[in-house]
Amino acid sequence: MNALNIENLQKSFDQVPAVKGINFAIKQGEIFGLLGPNGAGKSTTINMIAGVVRLGGGNITAFGYDVERDYRRTRKMIGVVHQEVVIDNFFTIDQSLKLHAGYYGVKDDPAWRHLLIDRLGLKPHLHKVMLKLSGGLKRRFMIAKALIHRPQLLILDEPTAGVDVELRHGLWDFVREINKQGITILLTTHYLEEAEEMCDRIAIMNHGDVIAMEETHELVRRLSTRQLRFRLAEPLVEIPTVLEHLQPNLKEDGRLLQLNLSATDNVGAILSLLCEQKLDICDMESDQGNLEEVFIQLTGINGGLENV
Amino acid sequence: MFDNNPKFHPWLPFFALLRKEILRFWRVAMQTLLAPIVTASLYLFVFGATLGDRLSIVDGYSYAQFVIPGLIMMGIINNSFANTSSSLFMSRYLGGIVDLLVTPVTPPQFIMAYTLAAMLRGLLVGTVVWVISTMFTSLPWESPLLGILMAMLASFMFAQFGLIAAIYAQSFDTISMYTNFLILPLTFLGGVFYPISILPEPWAKLSCLNPLFYLIDGFRHALIGFSDTSYLVAFGYSGIIAVVLFVWAAWLIGKGYRLRS
Repeated sequence: MNALNIENLQKSFDQVPAVKGINFAIKQGEIFGLLGPNGAGKSTTINMIAGVVRLGGGNITAFGYDVERDYRRTRKMIGVVHQEVVIDNFFTIDQSLKLHAGYYGVKDDPAWRHLLIDRLGLKPHLHKVMLKLSGGLKRRFMIAKALIHRPQLLILDEPTAGVDVELRHGLWDFVREINKQGITILLTTHYLEEAEEMCDRIAIMNHGDVIAMEETHELVRRLSTRQLRFRLAEPLVEIPTVLEHLQPNLKEDGRLLQLNLSATDNVGAILSLLCEQKLDICDMESDQGNLEEVFIQLTGINGGLENV
Repeated sequence: MFDNNPKFHPWLPFFALLRKEILRFWRVAMQTLLAPIVTASLYLFVFGATLGDRLSIVDGYSYAQFVIPGLIMMGIINNSFANTSSSLFMSRYLGGIVDLLVTPVTPPQFIMAYTLAAMLRGLLVGTVVWVISTMFTSLPWESPLLGILMAMLASFMFAQFGLIAAIYAQSFDTISMYTNFLILPLTFLGGVFYPISILPEPWAKLSCLNPLFYLIDGFRHALIGFSDTSYLVAFGYSGIIAVVLFVWAAWLIGKGYRLRS
């Protein structure tokens, strides 16, 4: 059974479509990244899963239960870290966590509460009212709050927005740790390097559609360009025409030849081609593509692909 | 480390929300309890200690005895309304409502928790005002049961009205508009300070359209035995309005109107 199944999910606001019939599934135990530029429909999708936004069409099931019909069951199984910092200024961290366990119908478990407090570095601030917490502490509290009822699916909607590097790394370490304990993670972030490192699979949304979805390494391998750079013993005056399909580029007065490879280009074949051209190669470097490159290409700010 | 199947207690969300709502006003008791009590005490001082024994607009009762039931009712009404309207509107305005929307709290539990906390605050203020009033005069308490029922009905009714106002309000200004331009005039014109029978027509008849008149009149009947209308009419009319407001609030919350997009 999947942790989450989304079928033909739709939502419009004032007749402007925000989510246009998307489909995807998240397996149990997976870390799934939902990426996309601002306004792509990620938060709307997440809010429909969590129950903040009503479904415009289609359906969502969490662990086999419909999120609208069986909302009590599904909401108990889902924890959400919202994009905006949502806190109740009247209460201390400790009071808020106890109340939140109750909202989810779960009795306060002091051992679990203290474990979250310790792991998220909240202990010295336990009895401070929310109003007095720094931005970073509020973010950490949001994660503790989302986990206090021990959900099976944790949704992180840009949990590290505006958070310093040290805290970001700490939070991601913690997310990995709880994922190893069996919690499925759905996350959105604008830190693509981190998403690439964290996520087993990634879906990229743009203009309300899912435009790409597959395992992270496969997505990057398939859609990014690798770069090969050859340092030549003798400067090259003219680029051989047989290399034209590799978008060659000559630098450093012809002593550096740069080639761009797609996922289907074979490095061995290219090396043979260069040998046939009798190029005297002293050194070779390669750069792998990354998720950021794929993201920019797909979301098409400068006219990238519309569908993959 | 991680037991991801803790037992679900279906009524715990209600009790947690009720606890939160009570703690919310308790934590700022200076503003939510003490301030209205001080205001009501000033009224009591003016109408009880200074004018109370010198005025008599109803035979057989001092003015202090006449006015105290209305002042208690004012405290109940204002504070029940303030509790639900400010709490829910602030949640909407600051985004905290999202914290509840993602939980298994059901719409009936939501309404009950907000309503009971508001009733508690309204009745606490009313009780303290009554206790303070005993320093100025004594009330015969003609029908204690009716008095308690009218007080509960008033707090229930205005808790519902507060929920409705908070859902429709676009800003804090709208909430204070309800308080200053609707509840306050209706309270003052509803017979807190005078019996409507002394008004000339058409004002006396128009006052009978004011739902607050029935709450105040029924409560006064229970406390001192004087009323402008039958206590059964007062209770029945107030009860109908309370039910209408409850159905309206329940419909809005059940639908998630202006709560879920």
